[in-house]
Amino acid sequence: MPLTIASAESAHQDERDYLWTLNFGPQHPATHTTLRLVLKLDGERVVDAVPDIGYLHSGFEKIGEHLDYNQYVTVTDRMNYISPMANNVAWHGAVEQLMGIELTRRCQYIRVIISELARISDHLLCVGAMGLDTGAFTFFLYGFYQRERIYDIFESLCGARFTNSYTRVGGVMHDMTPLTIQKIRDFLHDFPKTLDDMERLLNRNRIFVDRTKDVGVLTRDEAIQRCTSGPIARASGVTRDLRKDEPYLAYADFDFRVCCAQAGDCFARYYVRMAEMHESLKILQQAIENLPAGPVNVGIDERAHLPDKSQVYQTIEGTITHFEMVMNNRGIKVPSDEAYGAVEAPNGELGFYVVGDGSDVAYRARCRPPSFIHFATFPHLIRGHTLSDVVAVLGSLNIIAAELDR
Amino acid sequence: MITGRAVDALTARFPGVQSDEFRGQARVVVHPDSLHDVLAFLRDEHQFQLLIDITCVDYLHYRDATDRYGLVYLLATLEQGARVTVRTWLNDPDPVIATVTDLWSGADWLEREVWDMFGIVFVGHPDLRRILLPDQFTSHPLRKDYPLQGRGERHNFTAIRRGEA
Repeated sequence: MPLTIASAESAHQDERDYLWTLNFGPQHPATHTTLRLVLKLDGERVVDAVPDIGYLHSGFEKIGEHLDYNQYVTVTDRMNYISPMANNVAWHGAVEQLMGIELTRRCQYIRVIISELARISDHLLCVGAMGLDTGAFTFFLYGFYQRERIYDIFESLCGARFTNSYTRVGGVMHDMTPLTIQKIRDFLHDFPKTLDDMERLLNRNRIFVDRTKDVGVLTRDEAIQRCTSGPIARASGVTRDLRKDEPYLAYADFDFRVCCAQAGDCFARYYVRMAEMHESLKILQQAIENLPAGPVNVGIDERAHLPDKSQVYQTIEGTITHFEMVMNNRGIKVPSDEAYGAVEAPNGELGFYVVGDGSDVAYRARCRPPSFIHFATFPHLIRGHTLSDVVAVLGSLNIIAAELDR
Repeated sequence: MITGRAVDALTARFPGVQSDEFRGQARVVVHPDSLHDVLAFLRDEHQFQLLIDITCVDYLHYRDATDRYGLVYLLATLEQGARVTVRTWLNDPDPVIATVTDLWSGADWLEREVWDMFGIVFVGHPDLRRILLPDQFTSHPLRKDYPLQGRGERHNFTAIRRGEA
């Protein structure tokens, strides 16, 4: 076993002889994805946990240096595949930050809508799987049925259920159709009832609360020290939410609250996620009712997005732009500079540090993966708890191995 | 604006700090020796308490680049939504930099990833091992001189079959 952590091996070797070593993963139903933990156990207490990651490393950042700005969106789908839409928005948000493109109002609203749908979808899976691991199977199925409806919405929006690749530089793949809007309205009508049911199932459920309260406590100072973000930081009392603090897209237009908790335990993380779904519903409601009319993609002046077919066939500028966009040695103009763009993804701050070199392929496409940073806190959170708490803590952190290893 | 004040204080305090702005993002370039002090200064005296990311760029084939590696530290404030990017240049043969794990314990894995992918050595890091790639791996694949398809690691990997283990 190549795992040699100095602290666990050498210090007090003799005194720690009675400790058990338990291999957890890489394929275990409760890890949900491919990650491995080596646990040191004293009876049922976890003395130490050594995460061993990299099983799913696929060189996404290296691939990012060889695919152009529009092609790479298909790879971002596969990072956090629980909410691929949020990754699409994050990637192209960063690229547009680098290129200095201002999106149209309609596109901003559409991106807000898909981000919030992705947030609900992600939170449903996270709390659902956490419930499943702590024994609440019905809760998980309630959540999964609603996720299925979100997949249906995405399917009618872009044709793909799972790997959406919906955004493009300066716009989106297709405009939103009335059918999609109707589906989102139906979802907005039905989902609050299910959400209330789900809250009634678990919020005061003795078994669930006993298994999650005071388990895996992350204090506010620790949360800042360990660079956490998103619902995990907010459950520890850090009030940072990019949607409020640095409103990107159209988030400044909407009325919503930032959900925080003080306790920092697994239950607080669960609770913050449940509360955030209510806020996402509020944002969705406002966005879908105030969806601006007008073009969805940037115009031909920006030279970032393929022009409409009507423009291509009827205007000479449209024809030229289309031709230049699809030619290998022309394409998108990107400055030789670097920029960082981040969004509040369901899991935390998801950002891309993009280095452009003038061509239509990124020179470097660094992803700031929230799962990676959150999983680093895991040994700290689990130390001193029992073996059965491992799944509760893992579930509350929402570790997606594809994003963890990239 | 909090970022502007911090950058001004930084240039006054540390001579040789260059600052610029791109798309509304403030950036400073510091000398590698003063990097740790700069980050501590920003964290303790200018509210940039949050380390967002540590990453690296290999400028081997970049036009007009004079230095090989650019280390990038992204900092943010907790409440005001201000950000600053701190960059520093490193070169072969010894790309070495002081660790910031004493300032942020979350820097641990981030620095390990930079070591894994670029071979930047973080002096003082408590546990500088590879994180994503196996320990037997010999190169640092995000360097620009590493080919996209690898150097045969995948083909030469010894697979253990059932019964041999």
